[in-house]
This record gives sequence, structure tokens and C-alpha cells, in this order.
Amino acid sequence: MKSAISQQRFNRDGEPQTYLNNGHGLRSWFLTKDHKRIAMLYLVSVAFFFAVGGIYALLIRINLLAPNGLFESDTYNRIFTTHGIIMVFFFLVPAVPAVLGNFLLPIMIGAKDLAFPKINLLSWYLYIFGAAFTVIAVIAGGVDTGWTFYTPYSSTYSNSNVLLAGVGIFIVGFSSILTGLNFIVTVHTMRAPGLTWFRLPLFVWANYATSLVIMLSTPVLAITVSLLAIERVAHVGIFDPAIGGDPVLFQHMFWFYSHPAVYIMVLPAMGVISELIANMSKKNVFGYKLVAMSSLAIGVFGFLVWGHHLFVSTQSVYLGIIFSFLSFAVAIPSAIKVFNWTATLFKGSISYDAPMLYGLGFIGLFLIGGMTGLFVAAVGLDVHLTDTYFVIAHFHYVMVGGSLMGFLGGMHLWWPKMTGRMYPEAWARAAMVIQFVGFNLTFFPQFILGYLGMPRRYATYPPEFQVLHIFSTAGATILAIGMAITICYLIWSLKKGQRATPNPWGAAGLEWMTTSPPPTENFYETPVVTWEAYDFTVVRPEDVTGMAAE
Amino acid sequence: MSNKVKSDEHSSAHGHGGRHPRLVHHFDSMEQQNEAGNFGMWWFLLTEIMFFGGMFTAYTVYRHMYFDAFAAASGALDIRWGAFNTVVLITSSLTMALGVYHAQMGNNKKLTMFLLLTVLLGGVFLGVKYIEYSAKFTEHIFPAASNFQWPPYEKPVAGHAETQQLADPVFTGHVKIYFFLYFVLTGFHATHMIIGMGILLVLAWQSWKGKFSKEYHSYIELFGLYWHFVDIVWIFLFPLLYLVDRHL
Ligand SMILES: [Cu+2]
Repeated sequence: MKSAISQQRFNRDGEPQTYLNNGHGLRSWFLTKDHKRIAMLYLVSVAFFFAVGGIYALLIRINLLAPNGLFESDTYNRIFTTHGIIMVFFFLVPAVPAVLGNFLLPIMIGAKDLAFPKINLLSWYLYIFGAAFTVIAVIAGGVDTGWTFYTPYSSTYSNSNVLLAGVGIFIVGFSSILTGLNFIVTVHTMRAPGLTWFRLPLFVWANYATSLVIMLSTPVLAITVSLLAIERVAHVGIFDPAIGGDPVLFQHMFWFYSHPAVYIMVLPAMGVISELIANMSKKNVFGYKLVAMSSLAIGVFGFLVWGHHLFVSTQSVYLGIIFSFLSFAVAIPSAIKVFNWTATLFKGSISYDAPMLYGLGFIGLFLIGGMTGLFVAAVGLDVHLTDTYFVIAHFHYVMVGGSLMGFLGGMHLWWPKMTGRMYPEAWARAAMVIQFVGFNLTFFPQFILGYLGMPRRYATYPPEFQVLHIFSTAGATILAIGMAITICYLIWSLKKGQRATPNPWGAAGLEWMTTSPPPTENFYETPVVTWEAYDFTVVRPEDVTGMAAE
Repeated sequence: MSNKVKSDEHSSAHGHGGRHPRLVHHFDSMEQQNEAGNFGMWWFLLTEIMFFGGMFTAYTVYRHMYFDAFAAASGALDIRWGAFNTVVLITSSLTMALGVYHAQMGNNKKLTMFLLLTVLLGGVFLGVKYIEYSAKFTEHIFPAASNFQWPPYEKPVAGHAETQQLADPVFTGHVKIYFFLYFVLTGFHATHMIIGMGILLVLAWQSWKGKFSKEYHSYIELFGLYWHFVDIVWIFLFPLLYLVDRHL
């Protein structure tokens, strides 16, 4: 296999052949079967919903500036529900797998595409279709149950558009099932010659484990939402206590999906971090096999801990103790990852470019998010902390500090590969620091608020909490400014950014051995892999500099 | 360093001349393409198991909690129709398997015949289901209807003579849960049958047009897996719904 730079082919106009200029017009995008173009469709839609969810987050924070709240309580219920539904189902779940995974997974394993390109396109349409239902539900007046749809708020006592939102989530669930199916089959059947399982990049391992979790958990959400929808339509159902049904069964079924869903949201981001840390410190990930296996372990353990959401809802104390123990156990594989990433940094040649800043940010924030997870996994302490801002702060440290940081880090690392342009480094570093400060200012005060007893989902609060709430709102504003800066310079760089070489970071991995952006078929010659993962001796200098060697 | 990567002469040597016309561009060989399809289908069926698994879990929970009501309500189902439908579906699995066999032999005519026979048996199953469903309406045991009552309207219930007399609202509520689960489980099962029959008609039409051959029939095999899966779901549904606490 020749260096990427010498493989570059040119089209009739003398432009380099890339997936971006192979076909023009809306039709070539909306009917594309190219995984890279579908990833871009996902990127635009996911970014849109992130912005919408972010605006709702700001509305929440604005309401909480004053102890009596600025909105009606009923309006406030609808605002935080919309924020949760959009961020969880339309941003966090699809963000890393459907954008970065879709784009990179086939390239990283040396394949021309995912196993089922048409199903891949279908999954994007299902996402849009499901999103449409949810948007209609929001426009029609919103949902007031919280993103968890607990019965009987969502059944007997519901007075909002639960049905429409439920249909939307049912449909978008199939979208992620199809993505997971595609990933699993692709990794099993389409690896390049010589690319054995333990030569796979850790990002592929992470997405593989995520896909397993998606496929085993999402159908349970689908049936749970279906049973709820039928109960809403038929006015009879198994969650209705009036006929002997048990509303808590809904919580069990819901968290059987939604706890694993936490790992659907964070595992792929962990995969991104493994790539960032290795490539930005030019070292193989310490304990590669353990990190790969810990992804699978997190996936498996993730199915056995849902009961930690039910410590105070009629679950027996003995069951609570078991779920508590298992929740502590799931911290072990997460800790393995964190220790191994930091060990990787040791004696590495560390770059402090924006992707690495996000990587380091992830490790710090995920550490806080994970450790506070142990607080709420302890039954006794959780009785005090359940449904308080402590829980909110905990999972935002995992979801925003973890998943979002991972997603943004990955976007910066692979932006040159995806678009063929470099982003402006100084702006990116500045934006990352602003986001990091804003994030901590938003959510750290919430740990204290929760510990002091401020319940989640309340539109009003006693005046003594106001100072901490104002800190939090100020932080959210700074975070929003940081995000806006990132969105602006990324769009700017599409036209004005410096052209990227095939391997601007000197990184290891098959995606850096093809041109930036890659051609439609990813590689002109199927690569044969004879090296281990993160072997920096196979990086070719001419791909880094972009100058063809004589 | 660059000579560490060798060009894949194997795949480029084939060129496009030697490729099977049904081999899509991103696969190297028909074996790889079929393996991907097969693997994908098994994983899809696993998601189906989880989907039905959610309902079976709910069934198990309530059967455990309200066994008497479940036993009594189950007695209102007509065991003969249930048994008849079980035989119909098992037979349809046989015709489907014979269809797959003839697809492997490359015999499009016989394949078409067996696919249509499978559709027909599916239709018989749904016809019986229609008869059974409408009986629930006339007997006032359709759970979403306002006229729901227990014991059923003008219908003696097999066994459990003592519980028939109970017009206890709490017990009636539990019976309602049973019938809710009955309709949801059989309803989702029937939906899978209807989707399957739609696909069967398309496959039968394609096979009539001679689309399949000894080398190219993976869609038939994949669909066969789906059809057998739907049958197996019924094999679980029949005893769980019709045979709660029944004795010879
Ligand atoms: Cu959890």
C-alpha cells in the first residue's frame, strides 16, 4: 500500500477525488448509501437537536434565577421534559455512534462501507421521522412527565402529548437498533485482511460493545413505550393500579433500557478518548486488551444494575443491597479505563492541541461523575440524595462532562479527515477552556444544592438556594457561549480552514492512511494490516506533511 | 515503512468481470455477503426476543401475582381453536422449510408454490384469530370495552366453576389484566404474521419471475429464519395463554 498522498486521484476538473465531490445536489445526499455522507446527515441533524435541547436547558436555568420561578410550574414541567427527551434520545444516544462511528468504523477496519448501506440510510430516515413526531408533540403543547415517562404521570394522570412523544421515541429506537446491527455485522464480517480482533482500534471495540447494548436493551424500551401507548389509547393497561396493575413495573422496564442507555451514551465517547489519548501522546494505550475488554464488561454489568433507580420505589431492601453491590462493581471496568488512560500519558510526547484538551477534560470530569455515582449507588446515602440536584449534577458530569466532551474531542480530532480542512487551533483551545469553566460552574453548585436538599424538577425553591442557582445559570451561559464559538469556527473552517494533509496529527490508524477527506470507496486498494493497534512506526512522514516523497 | 502494507492483489485480480451480478460493491465475495446477511438476521431475531421478552416478563409477574384470575380467564379461551392454530403454524413452518429447500435446488416453480402455501396457512391462522377475537367482543371480555364483565356474557367457562360466580371487582380487574396481555401478546404476534405474509407475497412474485438461483437465494433463507421465529413465539403463547391450570 502506497502512502495516501501518492494515491490521491483527481477528477476531470483536476480536483482531488473525495466522497464530498462525488455527486452534487440534494438527491446525491438524501439518497446516498455512502456511510460518510450518512454520517454528515446525522451530524447536521444531531447538531440541530443539540442546539434545541440547549435552548431548553437555558430556559430551565432562566426560570431558576428567582426563587418563585419565572414560568408557570406547568410550563416549567414541559420545558425540562423537552430538554431531557431531546438531549437523551436525539443527541446523546446517536451523537458519537451515528456520526463518528458511522464515518470512521468502516474506514478503521479497512472496509468500503458498512455491511448494509441501505439500512444505514433507513436508520437516518427513521431518526428524522421519530424526531418529527417528537417535535410535533412539543409544538402541540409539550409533555410534562419528565423524560422518564413514569406511570401514572404518563398514564392515568397525563394531560399532555405523551402518545406523540412515545411514538417518536419508539421510532427513533429502531433507528439506533439498525445502526447497532450494522456495526456488529460489519465488525464481524468485513475486517481487512490481517486485521485481527486485538488489532482493532479501541474506538471500534467501544462501538462494538455499544452496539451489543443497543441491540439488547432498545427493544425493551420499544415494548415498554408500546404498552404505555396502548394504555393511553385503550384506557386499560398493566400499569394501572385501579385494576391491580403495578406502576413500578414500568420503572423496572424503563430502567432496564435506560440504565444500559447511559452506557450507550458514554461507551462510544470512551472509545474516542482512547484514540485521543493514544494519538496525542504517541503511545500505545496502556493495557490495550484490558481497555477493550472493559468495554464489554461495562456493557454486560450495565444490564444488571437498573434497580439502583428504584431504591425508594417499593423495591425490597434486599434487592436494593444487591443492586447497590452490582452498581459498585460496574465502577471497576470504568476505573480500569481511567487508570489506563493516565498510565498511557506517562512518558508520552503529549500534545496540548484541542482534541487532547477535550481528552484530559473528559478524564477529569468523568472521574467526578463516576465517583459521585458511587455516592448514589450506596442505598443509605441515596435515600437522602434520590431525586435531588445531586443526581442531576452526577449524571450531567457523566453525560456532558463525559459524552459531550468525548464527542467534541472526536469532532476536533477527525474534523480534518471528515471535511479536509483544519479547524483554527487557537479558537478551539479557547472554546474548550470556556466550555470547561462554564460546565463546572453550572454543575458543581448543583452537587451542593442537592446535598442541601433541593429536589429536581421543582420550578420554585427557598430563597437561601438562590446564590447557588445564580452561579449555575451563569455557568450555563458561559457554556453556551463556548458552544456557540465552536459551532462558528467549525462552520467557518469548512470554507476558510487550512487544507488538511492525510495525517495532520501523525496519528496511527487506517483512517489516517487514506486521503483527507477519503474517496467514496475509502481506499483505492484494500489495506492488508500487518501491525498492531497504535503502532506509530507505520506512520508515513509524507502523509503528515502532505509533501509527496521523491 | 510504506512497504509494510501490501496491495490486496487477491481482490483486485478478480476485477469486475468475475463478480456475481448480485454481489454488491462493498463486499469481496458472495460468501462474505451471505454471511453478513445471515449474521444480521440472527441479531435482528435477538432484538425480537428482547421485544417479546418485555411482554413475557410482564405476563410472568402478573401470572405470579394473580394466578387464580389468570387460570379462570384462560378458561374462557377456546382451546380447540388454539390447538388448531398451533397445527396450522407448525405446518406453515414445514412449507417454508420446503420452500428454502427448493430455493437451494434453484427450483423457482416449486419455491413459488411453497411460498404461496405458507401465505395461505398464515391466512388460515389469522382467520381463526379473527373468529376468536370477535368472540371476546360478544362475550364482553374485550378489556378496553366499557361493557367488560366477568364472568363472560352468556359463556360458560371451562373448569373453575367456583370462580365463575365471583362478580368481585378486584378479581375482575385481575382478569382484565390477563385479557390485556392476551390481546397485546397475540396482537403483536399477529402483526408479525401480517408483515411476514406481505414479504412472502413479494418473495413469491420475485421467485415466479425467476429471480432466485442455486447461488442466489439468501433472502429466502433469511426470511425462513424470521418465519420460524414467529412460529416459535406462538409455541410459547399457546400454553401460556390457553393452558393456564388446565387438566385433562
Ligand atoms: Cu442507572
